[in-house]
Amino acid sequence: MLVAVVSSVVVFGVLGWLIVTSPGWESVKTSFLNGEVFAESLPLIVGAFVVNVELFVISEVLILTLGLVLAVLRGVPGPVFLPVRILATVYVDTFRALPGVLVIYILGFGIPGLGIAGIPVDPFIYAVLALTLIYSAYVSEVYRAGIDSVHPSQEAAARSLGLSRFQALRHVVLPQAVRRVIPPLLNDFIGLQKDTVLVSYIGVVEIFRQSQIRQAATFNFTPYVVTALVFLVVTIPLARLTDVLLARQGARRTTSRVPSAMPAADSL
Amino acid sequence: MTAALEIEGVWKSFGSLDVLRGIDLTLAEHEVVCLIGASGSGKSTLLRCINLLEPIDAGRITVEGTAITDDRVDINRVRRGIGIVFQAFNLFPHMTVLDNVTLGPRKVLGRPSAQARTDALALLARFGLEEKALDYPDRLSGGQQQRVAIVRALAMQPVLLLLDEVTSALDPELVAEVLSVIRELAGAGMTMLIATHEMGFARDVANRICFLDEGRILEQGPPDQIFREPREERTRRFLQRIIEAGRL
Repeated sequence: MLVAVVSSVVVFGVLGWLIVTSPGWESVKTSFLNGEVFAESLPLIVGAFVVNVELFVISEVLILTLGLVLAVLRGVPGPVFLPVRILATVYVDTFRALPGVLVIYILGFGIPGLGIAGIPVDPFIYAVLALTLIYSAYVSEVYRAGIDSVHPSQEAAARSLGLSRFQALRHVVLPQAVRRVIPPLLNDFIGLQKDTVLVSYIGVVEIFRQSQIRQAATFNFTPYVVTALVFLVVTIPLARLTDVLLARQGARRTTSRVPSAMPAADSL
Repeated sequence: MTAALEIEGVWKSFGSLDVLRGIDLTLAEHEVVCLIGASGSGKSTLLRCINLLEPIDAGRITVEGTAITDDRVDINRVRRGIGIVFQAFNLFPHMTVLDNVTLGPRKVLGRPSAQARTDALALLARFGLEEKALDYPDRLSGGQQQRVAIVRALAMQPVLLLLDEVTSALDPELVAEVLSVIRELAGAGMTMLIATHEMGFARDVANRICFLDEGRILEQGPPDQIFREPREERTRRFLQRIIEAGRL
């Protein structure tokens, strides 16, 4: 314990000393850590963050739904459903391959640019659409891993009771699958929160756009530091929660007494 | 009288491996038949085929006069009437014991929740499990889990119960409680087809023993005949190995 304290104090002390004694420290301090600019931009930036919250809350609901549908569609068995599986696979591959900014640009400028009568022009809608398309591709892969992790004997047991394929999925496979993938889903949720700043490119005035505006108005970079702090405050607790859940899951797995698989030799 | 189960010329292969090579077997109502034979002789596969968990390649399976291997048959409807209990229990770990038991009656038979619950509790009580109703499966011993799995199958009121080496995954001291449940069911007249390595139990409970060898029923008969004077050399050798292992 003592060793830990001493080593931490020494390491962080040396790091801090290196920074404040660096030749550019005074100019960095005035342009990034200006108290006056901090105080005046904080309310504006936190106010703009409300837009990010709306973005990631609405998108996350859509993502969790669409991602699940995609994961289920990719797993539909039978030759008849090959086109469905192909479409779902192409979708997932495409949106995982494309840089997010590109999707946001193409949708945010392209679709309103078509000039179709009655089509919405609010960039917020295209921001939600783009984030949903991108992240549902990732999230569907997370769900799929969860579905694959449920042993086939579980589905067999459900089907043997007379449950249909869909009922077995709904009542037996998915509840177990989703529970197992909550930590990775939270991880993707953190990624989504951060990626909401990308929609500033298509004219949504959210936290990053607001800090750019403040930076231009004050000729000072402190607004960016404010924005960074806002993200730290929101994201770190979620990251910790993810770790706690993962640790709990690991502990449960090692103490579980349920045999997870039938011995292969006896399955004949 | 129609047979409870009629299996005619059933073939099943996995790739180039022929696991079942022409099985013929008929079970009368209330009959208890035990399948014995080495691992890989096809016991489990046969049970999985009867429950339509595996499609068969040739032959016909009829349950109470309905050809269940017919393409036009509603698989889900057929499975309602055929219970199966697995070696590894396969309870649903995210549900309580009670929910495990009521899932089928509620979702498949459309029973109201309250009635399914009452029925399930009565059934659990019959097998000494009423105190475990609200526990999750991982809080139960292996023997208790397997008894719950049997209750779960019984809750569907099947006309036929398939038991697939239900004691093989259990610690030796837990085997007896599961076997006594099966004995009780036999006494109550449940038609059962049982794949087992428990020869003493098979001799006790079965009306008839079938010896499976390389995907065929090599010989069958009353327990006394099979265990005392088997006709086939292979049966004799199999039983000899069992005796040497101290299991009979």
